[in-house]
Amino acid sequence: MTSTVKPLGHTVADESVGMSYLNQAPRRLVTIYLPLLVFVFVLLFPFYWMTITALKPNHELTNFSDFNPLWPDSPTLQHIRYLLFETSYPSWLLNTMLVSIGSTIISLVASILAAYAIERVRFAGSRWTGLAIFLAYLVPPSILFIPLAVLIFKFGIYDTKLALIFTYPTFLIPFCTWLLMGYFRSIPYELEECALVDGASRWQILTRIMLPLSIPGLISAGIFAFTLSWNEFIYALTFIQSSENKTVPVGVLTELVRGDVYEWGALMAGALLGSLPVVLLYSFFVDYYVSSMTGAVKE
Amino acid sequence: MTETTLARADALSAQPSPSLMQSKGMIGLLFMLPAAIFLLAFLTYPLGLGVWLGFTDTRIGRTGVFVGLENYQSLWDDSLFWLSVFNTILYTVAASVLKFALGLWLALLLNEHLPFKAFIRAIVLLPWVVPTVLSAIAFWWIYDAQFSIISWTLIKLGVIQTPINFLGDTTNARITVILTNVWRGIPFVAITLLAGLQTISPSLHEAATLDGATSWQRFRFITLPMLSPLIAVVMTFSVLFTFTDFQLIYVLTRGGPLNATHLMATLSFQRAIPGGQLAEGAAIAIAMVPFLLAAILFSYFGLQRRRWQQGGTDE
Repeated sequence: MTSTVKPLGHTVADESVGMSYLNQAPRRLVTIYLPLLVFVFVLLFPFYWMTITALKPNHELTNFSDFNPLWPDSPTLQHIRYLLFETSYPSWLLNTMLVSIGSTIISLVASILAAYAIERVRFAGSRWTGLAIFLAYLVPPSILFIPLAVLIFKFGIYDTKLALIFTYPTFLIPFCTWLLMGYFRSIPYELEECALVDGASRWQILTRIMLPLSIPGLISAGIFAFTLSWNEFIYALTFIQSSENKTVPVGVLTELVRGDVYEWGALMAGALLGSLPVVLLYSFFVDYYVSSMTGAVKE
Repeated sequence: MTETTLARADALSAQPSPSLMQSKGMIGLLFMLPAAIFLLAFLTYPLGLGVWLGFTDTRIGRTGVFVGLENYQSLWDDSLFWLSVFNTILYTVAASVLKFALGLWLALLLNEHLPFKAFIRAIVLLPWVVPTVLSAIAFWWIYDAQFSIISWTLIKLGVIQTPINFLGDTTNARITVILTNVWRGIPFVAITLLAGLQTISPSLHEAATLDGATSWQRFRFITLPMLSPLIAVVMTFSVLFTFTDFQLIYVLTRGGPLNATHLMATLSFQRAIPGGQLAEGAAIAIAMVPFLLAAILFSYFGLQRRRWQQGGTDE
């Protein structure tokens, strides 16, 4: 009986991994490639539509009967030119850049010190401090923005970039600290002990040993923090009043929409240009970005 | 050789030399100082201030006095507030369930052996990387009442006769904002769950297949239990972000039509900033806290309990 059982077809040399030999090609097409294609299409179509609309001249925008809506008939840069030369868009870009870089640097410095103290100095109560940092990460901006607005007003920094640079660290520091704690934990204790025996101070250990070894973690935290501040909306909407101090997301939404006339071309061009910096940064550091996203969740 | 090194290291870390111990508290305090200042001044203090504001009658430009529970009493009788509570719960539950189901599906697809896997994974994450407000503006145009590309395609295909009124009708608007939130949340769920899937050893699946398990059984009894601690954390975050969502609604509907999509966060903003009633806005924001705590505890403990399944005791 058993002798009649013949080995199945997969005994021939097979380079596929694991058990994928169990799936035949036609079946894979329906169960894997087709759904994946739909996912990718749905997830990316808005960006395609954004780009196409930004490049269409005004008369093509709403005329779907004479022109193919899915492709610009005579592509134009008029919307981008309008944005750059006739609106405050360049200053919004500059503001967003300054605010993002400023708050990222502040958060990174504070987080490195805090993560090192919690993870390696192990002062009394460091465990509780770590827990408090995690809880701080769970406090959403939509609960904080009203009292923060009152506070910002009292400090006299309402409607300035400082208001944003000082408030963004409230969500960046908990995140970066949590991420860096994980990185510091993975660096062997022995290195630090050797340095201590050789008479290095805590500061020297941090700057000469820990930081060079955790550069990937620093890049991850920095990029993630930069993206989070670039994307922030509710604080920027609440704390900034004057047009020249606005950030890109707030500026595009509040200044480019005038009454009932929607200038879709300019709006889409604004959205496209405002997304490009983060997308470029992301495309250079995909792996760091993914590792910081998953790393923060995994703990 | 390695063993002796390890043993010595253990001894060292067990009892560090006394000179290290001396100023631990002082060094710790110094290093914690910058983060602590920021978080106390701009997070803890505002949180307390928010609770206090909820008990006052503060308006923009006028310091309020303590009025006790007055704000909460008026909210209790405010049908718009209860509508926003209902909307927020509906929005959170529907969007979280869809995000979880579709995100897990996408993660499973991406876990297959694919060509250009890294590239696909990178572009799939784009909706999460691009600023929400900017992608929401693109959706605003996609959902235009007259010139929506979706309506145009469906009319061309002969599915519908007239353009869909995506954001003008109460039911449509609710479905639309929920689906847009799902669109933005899928990549986060998928990519984080994918990281978890990649840690599951293929030998478990191979062993189960040898024992005659179907692919559904392998998913149900291997993948899901191994993944559940991560699912708990990912969904806790997802619920938290969805419940407190503001940007998407503010761009797409501003709470309309007929307040059908007003969430607690958007109502709080509307009352406090354009409306000037800081105290009432703060009270609505504080009213979100119990819901948030319940959601966090529910999704955290509800799913965390399955951790025993990871123990590897077969039954």
